[in-house]
Amino acid sequence: MNGIHDLGGAHGHGPILNDPNEPVFSHDWERRTFSLFASLFVGGHFNVDEFRHAIERMDPAHYLEGSYYEHWLHSFETLLVEKGVITAAELAQGKSDPAAAASNAPVLTQEMVALVVNTGGSARIDEEVAPKFRVGDRVRTKNINPVTHTRLPRYARSKVGTIEIDHGVFVTPDAAAHGLGEKPQHVYSVSFTAKELWGEDASPNDTVRIDLWDEYLEVV
Amino acid sequence: MAHDHNHTAPPNEIELRVKALESLLTEKGLIDPDAMNELIDTYEHRVGPRNGAKVVAKAWTDPAYKARLLADGTQAIAELGYSGVQGEDMVVVENTPDVHNVTVCTLCSCYPWPTLGLPPSWYKAAPYRSRVVIDPRGVLEEFGLTIAESKEIRVWDSSAELRYLVLPERPEGTDGWSEEQLVDLVTRDSMIGTGLPLQPTAK
Repeated sequence: MNGIHDLGGAHGHGPILNDPNEPVFSHDWERRTFSLFASLFVGGHFNVDEFRHAIERMDPAHYLEGSYYEHWLHSFETLLVEKGVITAAELAQGKSDPAAAASNAPVLTQEMVALVVNTGGSARIDEEVAPKFRVGDRVRTKNINPVTHTRLPRYARSKVGTIEIDHGVFVTPDAAAHGLGEKPQHVYSVSFTAKELWGEDASPNDTVRIDLWDEYLEVV
Repeated sequence: MAHDHNHTAPPNEIELRVKALESLLTEKGLIDPDAMNELIDTYEHRVGPRNGAKVVAKAWTDPAYKARLLADGTQAIAELGYSGVQGEDMVVVENTPDVHNVTVCTLCSCYPWPTLGLPPSWYKAAPYRSRVVIDPRGVLEEFGLTIAESKEIRVWDSSAELRYLVLPERPEGTDGWSEEQLVDLVTRDSMIGTGLPLQPTAK
């Protein structure tokens, strides 16, 4: 979707606020919110693409005003209600409805944390899928404007670039964010010159490399 | 306050929302507060850019390791024990006299947690994410970094599940330094690409 999250190339967002003494968490509610992610992910309540898409669907003004972990909180609330894990009434009261069905979803325990943290969950898929392109190929990104989830940023649509790395076969977020399966396909690092992306006034030497899925690309 | 994306004084409303959600999920038996405390302790105290600095210092002193690191970042980083969540598939990109690398996630805030820890606020906020792809030189100037016009600035926008770590150039004047000494020169920002390693001073 052409959402507020798709920030690449936007102007007017002000200076970068770099505080070298910033702590890992600034507030206790950030700690709690951060640790809910792995807990709910292990419970199988959503995948990472659904999680990101729920953030993208935030009201744009709220997105820009809200801090990072507020985005996470919004995503948890949205997805858990949408998927029926909790009801809006339960969320409003912070109390479970005694009539609600008990869940048998797996629960992340303290003993499981080290293994989960050290293993993670790769989006790579061990499956033979023929790549449409080879390293060195010239490609053009498609001009797509889906209202659904995509990882082709607006600033890189209808642009000509070069395949630099074939990363292998991965889950496709455009499908996985909407319950449409993994749709395994190749992901490439595609190089674009600054001039191709931003026009003649851009630096002649600089480039941007973006990781893009096979289906975003066509032969020049 | 439109420009203050750090929001150091959050409205109380957020705290209440988090408390409500956490107690609801606990009551339903969907989360275990002990697991949450373990996760917080892990990322607040045990994982951080010191891990990435050890990877860089080893690459600076061990050419065979550097070759493995650039060929298969995931495997070579796992040799040092840094793998897992948000570092499942790693790519290490090397700074050279001709290329300066810098990383961003314009669509969200993807970042290599096992090697760098959790990202700083500025990495996750609109000013950096919007501007580093269109004006990398201006952004790096804001970090106090001037890159020669003749050099390519290569911005990596991590839109997929690959996570990037910059291998900065080893500072001059560090011949004969041990891996352990070199670790102290490697800053977090030098592995993002918004900084350079510290320069050696008398040690």
